[in-house]
Amino acid sequence: MLCLNPYGDWLSPTMSTHAKNRIVGASFPRKEGVDKLRGTALYVDDIQREGMWHGGTVRSSVPRAMIRSIGFDRKIDWSQFIVVTAADIPGENRIQMIVADQPCLADGQVNHCEEPILLIAHPDKHKVREAVNAVHIEYEPLPPVFTIEESEKQQTIVWGADNCFKSFLLEKGDVNSAWPQAAHVIEREYRTGAQEHLYIENNGVIAEYTDEDGLTVRGSLQCPFYVHKSLLTVFNLPPEKVRVIQTETGGAFGGKEDYPSVIASHAGLLAMKSGHPVKIVYDRIEDLAATTKRHPSRVRHRTAIDADGKLLAMDIQIDTDGGAYSTLSSTVLSRATLHSPGPYVCPNVRVTSHAWATNSVPYGAFRGFGAPQTIFAVERHMDEIAAAIGIDPVELRRRNFLHQGDTTATEQLMREPVVLDKLLDRALEESGYGEKRARFAKENATSAIKHGMGIAAFYHGSGFTGSGERYLNSLAGIDVTDGKVRVLVSSTEFGQGTNTVLTQIAAETLHLDYDDVTMAPPDTRIVPNSGPTVASRTAMVIGRLIERASSQLIMTLREQAGLPELFSREQFFAACVGLRAKTGEVVSLCRYEAPPGIYWDDQKYRGEAYPAYGWAVHIAQVAVDTTSYSAEVEEFWSVQEAGRILNPVLAAGQVEGGIAQGIGYALYEKVVMQNGRMANNQMTNYIMPTAEDVPPIHVFWEEVPFEHGGFGAKGIGELPHDGPAPAILNAIKDATGVCFSTIPLLPEDLFAKLHVVRKIEEHATV
Amino acid sequence: MSGPLSAIRFNVNGKNQTISVPPMKRLLDVLREDLHLTGTKEGCGEGECGSCSVRMNGELVNSCLVPVLQADKAEIETVEGLACDGVLHPLQQAFLQRGGAQCGICTPGMLMAAKHLLAHNPHPNLAEIREGLAGNLCRCTGFMRIFESVLSAATSQETHAR
Repeated sequence: MLCLNPYGDWLSPTMSTHAKNRIVGASFPRKEGVDKLRGTALYVDDIQREGMWHGGTVRSSVPRAMIRSIGFDRKIDWSQFIVVTAADIPGENRIQMIVADQPCLADGQVNHCEEPILLIAHPDKHKVREAVNAVHIEYEPLPPVFTIEESEKQQTIVWGADNCFKSFLLEKGDVNSAWPQAAHVIEREYRTGAQEHLYIENNGVIAEYTDEDGLTVRGSLQCPFYVHKSLLTVFNLPPEKVRVIQTETGGAFGGKEDYPSVIASHAGLLAMKSGHPVKIVYDRIEDLAATTKRHPSRVRHRTAIDADGKLLAMDIQIDTDGGAYSTLSSTVLSRATLHSPGPYVCPNVRVTSHAWATNSVPYGAFRGFGAPQTIFAVERHMDEIAAAIGIDPVELRRRNFLHQGDTTATEQLMREPVVLDKLLDRALEESGYGEKRARFAKENATSAIKHGMGIAAFYHGSGFTGSGERYLNSLAGIDVTDGKVRVLVSSTEFGQGTNTVLTQIAAETLHLDYDDVTMAPPDTRIVPNSGPTVASRTAMVIGRLIERASSQLIMTLREQAGLPELFSREQFFAACVGLRAKTGEVVSLCRYEAPPGIYWDDQKYRGEAYPAYGWAVHIAQVAVDTTSYSAEVEEFWSVQEAGRILNPVLAAGQVEGGIAQGIGYALYEKVVMQNGRMANNQMTNYIMPTAEDVPPIHVFWEEVPFEHGGFGAKGIGELPHDGPAPAILNAIKDATGVCFSTIPLLPEDLFAKLHVVRKIEEHATV
Repeated sequence: MSGPLSAIRFNVNGKNQTISVPPMKRLLDVLREDLHLTGTKEGCGEGECGSCSVRMNGELVNSCLVPVLQADKAEIETVEGLACDGVLHPLQQAFLQRGGAQCGICTPGMLMAAKHLLAHNPHPNLAEIREGLAGNLCRCTGFMRIFESVLSAATSQETHAR
């Protein structure tokens, strides 16, 4: 037994403002924390299975080609290996996503570099590597497409009839009527690059197959039932013959939403053919080269402003690079579209958006899911508008903020309070924005190091878009066995705190202690389908289901097992024993119910885009060294409203981690593509912020409980990634007077523009 | 990995061990595969991320870059050696209380780097903590709560020492 005093000294200082709860709102330690800290938590690569073999993947070395021949080097004794090709797939050669266009293994043609063609397994993992290198594939090249610009020309068609995975048109009012009345029309273009998740644990799974039990996959993944669904098709098995178990997962950030369906299919095929459990764990080089990243984007804004600095019309064009297969590009584009007008009131809005196919590794889900791209554009654009019409960027935002009672671009009425002004005031005050801006403006004139302050204001929709939560129809609940309550969900833990906040909610509702509640194993044979662990939905949607299921159990125990109105934990568990004797089990499950009045029109793209929104204001303080051309974030402030905060330490950890990733997105992380292949697929040259790069991050909350979220919670996970990039580039503009509109912004990019400006200035003073 | 084997004698977490392994096998793999100490993680395999950090003769090393041959007669400390008789080390306790671990995959290496830092500098300031942990990448936390955890453990160690 561990001698733990887990609720030591930190309960009181971090208590949430709602003191009436004992457990919700307090910073209970991470449920699985002790195992992680002792090194005993089992990640997939820590697990061995009896008789286990290792699998490897032979991948395409070209971006687009017909496969002419596959040759096996004679120096290898192939009889010792199991080799799987597309011909070995018992079901359909398709990974089930939104559209089933991605093959499990290439069959005759490849559409991107690193596309899986062939699988190899052997008991010794070192021999697998040798064998993978001893397969020689000859190709007949086809013309590839690498950029949005090439794809949208539609001269070379690489996907479907027109290279377009998905397009949306969002219209409110009539933008064309606004241009003649405008005092100013401001038009700009913004670009964002790909971004790698860089979870520290690479993708990996172990698959086992027997005729009696079917296929079992254990792995590092976010969405057990996504993988389950995909495996049913590839293996042509009934649902009860496929089992997916999430192992401890070392970071995901969206990168383990869709890709695990691919690697799980691969390991499953090798396990089925070899008769052995097969482990596939990518090394960093393979993971970086072959798995999904954030969609690159190009966003164009044309905006009409009246003489008072009010938005009259926003005409927005969004184009994203989806890579070679559709994966989640359509839903990423949807969220990008819905977040593109920012947190502002505008009577006339038109957003046209397209996701384009290229011959790059398919892009996929990444924290923010399209929103960081379009929020970068609109929040940079607000500063451009402010500069063009000569008003303060803070004032421009304030004049146009959404308030309760206003409608968004989809004509969603803001029913709940919108506290943007309050967030803004707090951020300005905490950061000393006004005083610092004025001081920096003076000091910058005579200093080689220029300081600046930048701001971003934004919302992030919690939960699935539009009708999404209705389609998901999530089921979740609790059961009671052996004197413990178990939370039954397929919602997974990968660092965000799912285990902790869901057990807090159950313990609070059941009037039990935090330690009385555990998580059921994330195993599709044990837990119901509570949907994927994505879209900042877990605390809000699943939290609410656990709250309801817990209340429902108390009702049942009162009605059927004599639980008194006020009860002790002993009485609770005694009543559970009584109920079990009577009915055979103690289980309480609840199914999702949409909040009343929620309406969404998929055709017209109109209505309640999200059941709730998180809101935030970010402020960045930067220093730009005009000698070395390096930009550094010196300090960062984040003020947000994300409903009720269930666990302040965990919630602040989400915000700080998201901001650090956002800083990387803005200033460090560049995916260098050469002929459709990532050229810098190593941690040596794909650079994320280190302990020395991340500035002090100050986190402040406003709490406005959301009636339909778990104990008032809204989503928090993605919101913090949306704001850093525009806040930082706005701060760099403030520091240098030079406008940058593309991220990542590396020293060479700063050099290219600042150098030119300096030359012009020098020339002017001669 | 095949080829001739070497006898390696070393002390791991206070326990003397002799194993017969290929001399160029990575210390990381020996710990994980031969000694079943899977707390030490591989993140990049090239010494960039620090997930595989262990202490060897009092120095912090990336065990993915150390051939086990170099660990002969060495004293090795891994995350499994931190808790004592089931009682968490002050660093583990601080990380637990202050949110220093999220997904947990960088945590064992981070703890070893923090232990190494405190061994050489029991009262580090924030800048020294940042420098001491700069070789250990965490993608979840943004480092703020890791810094707090180390500061707080340094304080509590001092309390314990009194």
